[in-house]
Amino acid sequence: MALAGLPNNVLITKLEALVNWCRKNSLWPMPFATACCGIELMALGASRYDVARFGAEVFRFSPRQCDLMIVAGRVVMKMMPVLQRIWQQMHEPKWCISMGACASTGGVFDTYSVVQGIDRFIPVDIYVPGCPPRPEQLIQAILDLQAKIEREGTLFGREFDDPRRNLPPWALVEEPGNRPPPLESK
Amino acid sequence: MSSTVRYLQEVFGLLEEYEFRGQRQVVVPREKLFELLKFLKETCGFDMLVDVTCVDYLTYPCPPRWGRFGLVYNLLATETGERLIVRTFCDVETAVVPSVVPLWEAANWLEREVWDMFGIRFEGHPDLRRILLPEEFTDHPLRKDYPLQGKGERHNLPVITRAEG
Repeated sequence: MALAGLPNNVLITKLEALVNWCRKNSLWPMPFATACCGIELMALGASRYDVARFGAEVFRFSPRQCDLMIVAGRVVMKMMPVLQRIWQQMHEPKWCISMGACASTGGVFDTYSVVQGIDRFIPVDIYVPGCPPRPEQLIQAILDLQAKIEREGTLFGREFDDPRRNLPPWALVEEPGNRPPPLESK
Repeated sequence: MSSTVRYLQEVFGLLEEYEFRGQRQVVVPREKLFELLKFLKETCGFDMLVDVTCVDYLTYPCPPRWGRFGLVYNLLATETGERLIVRTFCDVETAVVPSVVPLWEAANWLEREVWDMFGIRFEGHPDLRRILLPEEFTDHPLRKDYPLQGKGERHNLPVITRAEG
C-alpha cells in the first residue's frame, strides 16, 4: 500500500466526511426572530450559554451569509412570503430550525392570520418544543443538527434529492408504526 | 364640562350621555357626527384625537338599539386634560361614516385600521387602504360573524420544498 509510507501527522478520510465536519462545526445562523423565542435566541448567543462553543456564534442578518435559519416565534400569513424569500436567498447547503411551539405548530395562536406551523410552507430539519424553549434546548437542537449533517450530508448537497425528504411531517399523515426505515447512515 | 354636554344635547340631539368611572361619554347620531366633532375641536379645545376604534355588538347579550357597530372616538383637550368619548352607531348596510382626517391628521391610520378590521368605510378619507392585513385579504376579521380560524387564508400560500431551493 502506498499509505504505508505516510508520516504520522497525515490523516486519511473521505472528502465528504471532511466537508461535513467543516460544515457542522461552522454553522452561521440567520435569526428570524419574530416573538419571545427571539429573546431566548439572544440568550443563546450571549456569554452565559455561549453558542460559540459549538461553532454557531456568528449571527448574520443577511441571508446570503447564512446557512442555518432559526425561525423563532410565530409567523403570520403576511410574514410567510418574507420568510420564504429569505429562505430562498440563502445558499445551499442550508438547514432550518423551527424554534418553539408557535413556529412549529402555531402554538396557542389558532387564529385566522397565524400560520399553523412553518413546515407547511418551508422545509424544516429540527423542531424545538417549548414556549419558549430554554437555550439548552436550542443547544441540543444544534447538536442534533450537527449529528444530522455528519450522518447525511453530501459534498454537493444531493442528500436533499431523496424523495422521502419532501414528504409532509409524520405527525400529520401516518401512524408511527408505518414509518419507513430511517435514511441509511454512511 | 356639564354645560358643554348640555349645549351638545341641545344643538346636536345626543342619543345618550352618561358618565362611567369618571369618563364622560356621549352618543351621537351618525348624521351629526362630523359636525359635533368639528365643534368639539374648534370650540371646546379637544385638540387631540387619541383613538378611533370600533365594537361589534352582534353577539352582545343586550345589544344597543342604534346599530350593530359602535364607533368610538376618544378625545383629549391637552390644555385642560379633559377627556371625552364620542360614540356613534351603524349597521352593515349603513357602514359609511364621514372621515375626520380633515380635523385630526391622526385619524388617518386609525380609520384605516377600523376599515381593515370591521369594514366601515370612511367617506372623504384620503387613502383608505388596508393597514395591517395583506392587500389581497377580502374579509374584515374582527366582525363577530367572521370565524376565529379564518376562511382558509392562512393555508392559502405557496409551498417551498427542498427541490425548489
